[in-house]
Amino acid sequence: MSETRVMNCIMCPMGCEMTVTIDDGKVVDVKGNTCPRGAKYAHDEVTAPKRMLTTTVRVEGGMLPLLPVVSETVLPKEKVLDCAAYLRGVTVKAPVKTGDVIVEDILGLGVNIIASRDML
Amino acid sequence: MKELKDLYDIVIVGGGPAGLSAAYSAWQNGAKSVLVIERDRELGGILQQCIHNGFGLHHFKEELTGPGYAHRCIELVKDKSEIECLTDTMVLSVEKDKTVVAVSPDHGLIKVKGKTVILTMGCRERTRGAIRIPGERPAGVFTAGAAQRMVNMEGYIPGHKIVILGSGDIGLIMARRMSLEGCKVQAVLEICPFSNGLTRNIVQCLNDYNIPLYLSHTIVKIHGKDRVNGITVAKVDEKMRPIPGTEFDIDCDTVLLSVGLIPENELSRGLDLKMHPLTNGPVVDQHRQTSLPGFYAAGNVVHVHDLVDFVSEEAEIAGKFAALEAQGKLDGNTKFVTVTAEKGVRTCVPQCLNLPEAGEQVRLFMRVANPERKVKLVVKSGDNVILQRMLPVAKPSEMIAVDIPAAKTELIGSSLTVFLDKEA
Repeated sequence: MSETRVMNCIMCPMGCEMTVTIDDGKVVDVKGNTCPRGAKYAHDEVTAPKRMLTTTVRVEGGMLPLLPVVSETVLPKEKVLDCAAYLRGVTVKAPVKTGDVIVEDILGLGVNIIASRDML
Repeated sequence: MKELKDLYDIVIVGGGPAGLSAAYSAWQNGAKSVLVIERDRELGGILQQCIHNGFGLHHFKEELTGPGYAHRCIELVKDKSEIECLTDTMVLSVEKDKTVVAVSPDHGLIKVKGKTVILTMGCRERTRGAIRIPGERPAGVFTAGAAQRMVNMEGYIPGHKIVILGSGDIGLIMARRMSLEGCKVQAVLEICPFSNGLTRNIVQCLNDYNIPLYLSHTIVKIHGKDRVNGITVAKVDEKMRPIPGTEFDIDCDTVLLSVGLIPENELSRGLDLKMHPLTNGPVVDQHRQTSLPGFYAAGNVVHVHDLVDFVSEEAEIAGKFAALEAQGKLDGNTKFVTVTAEKGVRTCVPQCLNLPEAGEQVRLFMRVANPERKVKLVVKSGDNVILQRMLPVAKPSEMIAVDIPAAKTELIGSSLTVFLDKEA
């Protein structure tokens, strides 16, 4: 049984509206995308949706009480809230440099969480 | 503490992405002394609190967070002896003779003069007062940006059960942000029949977290004596008037407002600069020179942008031409052209051109009035079509940029109009 789903691509600000045909859990057809990134996004979105995570962790001895952090690459979408909850319990000590690894291999997902600014 | 000079090539008011990009570009174009004045404790402007990613795809060719983009801008200006930056310093007034009066804890009252001045003060959020929401006056009503600063920099959570009024990008970003902090976002309300945010933000900030978006709805009453304890919402008609009988209540302890941004032009008004009624910013030419010679303006102070990349680009133009003017290298331009937005196009920046004899490549930044599909954008001077471009999608929330090549500027008469051709 094939089904169709309408989704907006989020790869760029154009936000193409795509009609995606899915058969047996696999994307068999994508219509409405203007570039190949749309088709790839549709495929990922149907089989294993992924998102970046940006949040903050506590920092001690810094000029601010919070340090903004970002996932080095995308995470499985359904794990994003768990990762955010985990990071709410993390505290680091200043100074921190942009790009420093704050949490290695978060929740065993193979993705590092890194600092997105300097904190003196 | 370094002694300030009496006279700078360029004094820049505001050390956000616009001010820093302008300073760097001025330096690249030969300016020997540039002073950037920033009122916050650090450079980088509002980007420092925009911790999400998605910045810099155009300008730096990679996806950065807000602080990441700010960091790049700061790296460009630091350790350059020709560029000085003052933080914690508030500009009080700018005089027509290009004297800038400011105050700081380190220097006390400062008076410096620029051969040229660049205004890069950015913009401010509209508040509850600006949109007059009826109801009680309890605690718990914040602008989205104020809440963003609390959550991302100061370490406070404004509340736990949240309703967001306005579906601009800041509102959408904050809906996700509050969800990631473990709060419950009850709804996002939008008075327009369409969202004013990027579609990608609707998907990744609302849909991902199952947050309902109510289009053509607004708050008709805020409840609560000391603290917000709920709101009444109603559907609105095509004139944005609440429809009686459609009211319903939403339980919440916090209301975040994302209801528009206003260029911050108190200083510009003091200078009697010619202002544009729709952009709420100074009228500028293609070099970002305002109606007062020697005064330039760029970034959100001119018109509110959706992408910081375009802010940097615009500020680089201002920085370059301010630097050339300060060095006496700016050739006199011969042809003055007015640029007018018509039919379907709400605003266009620059609003005028001062073209040199040889012509010059000009980039126009526009916003459409309403969402459109498959329309033709036309740039015309008298009967001459200068340029046209098919737009598969056009949205008020997404700024459109088109370039007029130098060769084509020869065809331009004394006026230029931009409009949408919907018959295309």
